[in-house]
Amino acid sequence: MIPLSHYLALGGLLFCIGVAGIFLNRKNIILLLMAIELMLLAVNMNFVAFSRFLGDANGQVFVFFILTVAAAEAAIGLAILVVLFRNRQSINVDEINRLKG
Amino acid sequence: MYRDSVMQNVYLSIVLAPLAGAVIAGLFRNRISRGVAHWVAILGVAASTVLSLYVLYGFVAGELPVFNANIYTWATVGGWSFHIGFLIDHLSALMMAVVSFISLMVHIYTIGYMAEDPGYKRFFSYIALFTFSMLMLVMSNNFVQLFFGWEAVGLVSYLLIGFWFKRDSATFANLKAFLVNRVGDFGFLLGIAVILAYFGSLDYVQVFAAAGKVSTQTITVFADHPWSVLSLAAILLFVGAMAKSAQVPLHVWLPDSMEGPTPISALIHAATMVTAGIFMVARMSPIFEYSETALSVVLVIGAITAFFTGLIGLVQTDIKRVIAYSTLSQLGYMTVALGASAYSIAIFHLMTHAFFKALLFLGAGSVIIAMHHEQDMRSMGGLRKYMPITFITMWVGTLALIGFPGTAGFFSKDLIIEAVAASHIAGSTFAYWSVLLGVLITSLYSFRLLYLTFYGAEHMDAHTREQLSESPWVVWVPLVMLAIPSLLIGWLTVRGIVFGDFLSQALFVLPGHEALATLAEEFHGPGQFALHGLFGAPFWLAVAGFAIATYVYRQRPELAHRLKDGFGVVARILENKYGFDDFNQTVFARGAMGLGRALWRGADATLIDGALVNGSARSVGWASQVIRQLQSGYLFHYAFIMILGLLALLGFFVLL
Amino acid sequence: MFEQILFYLFSSTLVLASLAVISVRNPVHAALFLVLAFFNAAALWVLLEAEFLAATLVIVYVGAVMVLFLFVVMMLDINIARMREGFARHLPIGAAVALVLVGEILVVVGSNYFSAENYPWRALGGDGFSNTVFLADALFTRHLFAFEVAAVILLVAIIAAIMLTLRKRTGTRTQVPGQQVRIRREDRIRMVRMDGERP
Repeated sequence: MIPLSHYLALGGLLFCIGVAGIFLNRKNIILLLMAIELMLLAVNMNFVAFSRFLGDANGQVFVFFILTVAAAEAAIGLAILVVLFRNRQSINVDEINRLKG
Repeated sequence: MYRDSVMQNVYLSIVLAPLAGAVIAGLFRNRISRGVAHWVAILGVAASTVLSLYVLYGFVAGELPVFNANIYTWATVGGWSFHIGFLIDHLSALMMAVVSFISLMVHIYTIGYMAEDPGYKRFFSYIALFTFSMLMLVMSNNFVQLFFGWEAVGLVSYLLIGFWFKRDSATFANLKAFLVNRVGDFGFLLGIAVILAYFGSLDYVQVFAAAGKVSTQTITVFADHPWSVLSLAAILLFVGAMAKSAQVPLHVWLPDSMEGPTPISALIHAATMVTAGIFMVARMSPIFEYSETALSVVLVIGAITAFFTGLIGLVQTDIKRVIAYSTLSQLGYMTVALGASAYSIAIFHLMTHAFFKALLFLGAGSVIIAMHHEQDMRSMGGLRKYMPITFITMWVGTLALIGFPGTAGFFSKDLIIEAVAASHIAGSTFAYWSVLLGVLITSLYSFRLLYLTFYGAEHMDAHTREQLSESPWVVWVPLVMLAIPSLLIGWLTVRGIVFGDFLSQALFVLPGHEALATLAEEFHGPGQFALHGLFGAPFWLAVAGFAIATYVYRQRPELAHRLKDGFGVVARILENKYGFDDFNQTVFARGAMGLGRALWRGADATLIDGALVNGSARSVGWASQVIRQLQSGYLFHYAFIMILGLLALLGFFVLL
Repeated sequence: MFEQILFYLFSSTLVLASLAVISVRNPVHAALFLVLAFFNAAALWVLLEAEFLAATLVIVYVGAVMVLFLFVVMMLDINIARMREGFARHLPIGAAVALVLVGEILVVVGSNYFSAENYPWRALGGDGFSNTVFLADALFTRHLFAFEVAAVILLVAIIAAIMLTLRKRTGTRTQVPGQQVRIRREDRIRMVRMDGERP
C-alpha cells in the first residue's frame, strides 16, 4: 500500500510547480491561470488523500466545492482576460501594470 | 468736615480727574478740537493740584488724620487679597502736591511748546495719564498698587520718549528706557515676592508693623550662605529704584530719554518719575532701616552716581543732555541721603530739586523753541540780550542747583553733605568725598551751560538771529512760577520738613542711625544755616567752580579746546560715558540678538523646521519612495511576494 | 505491488506533465499538457477509491474548464514569438523559491508523523461500498446549505462572465418589449384637419 506521505509529497510537489509557474511566466496570463489550476489540483489531492486515510467524508465534500468554485473562478478569470485583450490588444503580463504605485 | 467718606471722595477725585482728562483727550481726540483737548487735561490736573494743596494744607495744619483704607478689592488668590487703596499721610501729601503742581506747570507750558506739533492732543492725553499713574503710585497703600503705578509711569515714559515715533533715535531711546526699567522691575518684583513670602501680606501698614520681627529671619539661597531676609528684600527693591531713579549702572536710559519733547524731560525725567525710586525707598524706610547692608549699598551706589555722572556733563554739547546728567547727579545725591538714613532730607531735596530742575528744563525748552529746535550749545551764545526772562530764571535755577546759600537747593544739598559726614555706616567716607567734590563739578558744568548759551559770541546763523525773541507767556509764566519756589521754599520749609515731625510719622529711623539727629542738634534755623554755609566747604567749592568756568569760558574760550586736547584720554572716556552704552550694546543688545539669531537658525530653522517638520515630511516622502517600488503593478510580483511571505511563515513553523 | 507500479506511473506522468505546462512555448500545448495532468490525477483518485470525484474531475474540469481555456487561447491572437523572452533570466530565482518550498513541505510530510503506522490503510465499508453514496451521505445532509450556496455561486459566475464580455453590436435592430408596451396612441398618430385637394 502506498502510505499517506507519498500522496502528500505529490501534492506538495504539484503545488510548488504551480508556484514556480506563476513566477516564471512573464508573458502570458493564460499560463498564470493554468498554474493556479495546478495549485488547486494539488490541494484537492491532499484533501482526497486525507479523506481516504481518515475515513472522513468531509474531505471529499470539500473537494467537491473546490471544484465548483474553481470552475466559476476560471470562467470569470477568462472573461476578464478576454475583456483585457479587447482593450489592450495584449496579454503580456509585463504590460499590465496600470496598478503601479 | 474731614470725615473719612468725604476725604475718600477727595482722594478719588485727585486720582481720577487727570485720568478723565487723559481719556477724553486721548480716545476722543479725533472728535474734539485742540482747545478742548488741552482744557480738559488742564482742568483735570488743575483740580488735582488744588485738592492736593488743600490736603497738604490740612496735614501741615495738623487737622487731617492719616487716611488708610482699601477702596476696592481687585482679586483674592489663595489666602492673599490684592486691593486698590490709599495711604495718605504727610509723605504722600507732600509728593501729591509736588507731582500735581509741577504737572500743571508743564501742562500750561505745553500749550506754547507743542503748539505746532500734529500730535498735540495725544501729548496732553499722555501727560495727564502720567499724572494719574504717578499719583496712584504715591497714594498707594500696598505693594501691588505701587507696582501698578511703577509700571504705568514706565509705560507712559515709553510713550512720551518715543512721542516723535518717526525718528529712529526716539524709538531707540524709548525701547532702551523700557528695557532698562524692565531689568529694575525684575528685581523689584522679586523684592515684592520676598516680602509677600515672609510677611504674608502686601499691605504697607501690616508689613511695617512686622518688620521688626522678620528682621532676624534668614533665607538660604545659595547653600551655606544665609542672608538676612530684610536685606535681600531691601536690596531687591532698591534694584527697582536703581532703574527708575537712574542710578549707576541702570542710568543709561536717562540721557537718551532727552529724545522726548522738553516738557516731558522736565516733568518725568527731572521732577516726578525718576523720583519714584527715592520716594519708594523713603516709604520703605521701616524695611531699609533694619538692613545696614542695604543702606550701605544705597549709599555707595548713590555716591558713584552723584560724582561720576556729573563728570560726563562736562563734555556734553547738547543743552538738554547737560541738564540730564545734572539730574542723574542730583538723583545720586538723593540716594546718598537715603543711604545715610536721612530720609527726610532726601525727600526735601526731592522737592526742591523738582522745582529748580523743572525750571532749568523748561528754560532750556524756551531757548530751544526760540532757536527753532536747535539744541547744540555750540550754535548758541549771547542769548541774554534776546531772552531776558529766560535768562534771569535760568540764573535762578543755576544758583539753586549749585547750592548758593539761601536758595532752596542750598539747604537740601548742604544738609545732605552734612548728613553723610555724620553717618558711620560702611561706605560713608567714600560717599562724603563724592558728594563734596560733586559740588565742584556741578558748579562747573552749570556755569559752562550758562556761558555757552547766554554769553559770548553769537554762533547762530543770521536767519535765526532775526527771529530771536522772548517766548510767549504760556512759556515764561511757568518759568517764573517755578523760580519763586526755587528761591524761597528752602527758607520756608526746611525746619518743618527736615527736622520737624512733619514726616516723622511716615519715615522711620532706627536709633543706631543718628545722622539726622546729630544734624538736628546743630541746626538753629535757616538763616543761621545759610550764614554758616557761606563759610563751609561746599560753598567755596562752588565758587571755585564758578571761577574756573568764568576763566575758561568767558576770558579765554580757546583754553577750553586746549584743555580738552590735553586731557584727551579723560575727555574721550567721558564722551564715551565710561563705556556703559557700548558695553550694554555689545554684550546685552548684541548678545541677546545673537542668542536670538542662534536659536532661530539653530533651534528653530534647523532643528524644528528642518529636522522635525520638514525632516519628518522628507522621511515620509523618502520612505514612500522606497515602499512605492513594491507597487510594481505586476500581478506576479504580488503573488511572488505572497509566496515569499508564506515561505517565511512556513519556515518559521517548520524549523521551530 | 501492482498498485505501487500504477501509483508511480501515474504520479510521474502527472509531475512531468505539470512541468511541461509551465515550460512549453505554445500555450495550446500547455493547455493540452494540463489536460494530461488532470487525467493522471483522476487516475490517482481512483486508486484512492474516490471514483465519483475522479469522474467529476474529468467531466467538469477537463471537459468544461479546460475546454474553455482552449477556446480562449485559440480565440486570442497571440504573438507566440515574443512569448518566451525572459524565461531564462528569472529561472534561477523561481527555481530556488520553488525548491525551498518543496524542501519545506517534504520535511513536514516525509517525517514519521504521516507514516503508515499512524495512518493505516483501512477498508471503508464492505463490498457494497460506493464512493458516490459515501459522498452523497455527507453532502446532502450536513452540507446541504453549502451545496445550495455553491449553486448560487455558479449562477453568479455565469452572470458575471456574461456581464463582462457582452458587447452591444451596432447596427442591429432588436425589440425592446418593455418600451413597445408603453407606447401610447398620441406618440404615433397625430390627427390633422385639412382641406381636401384635388389630385
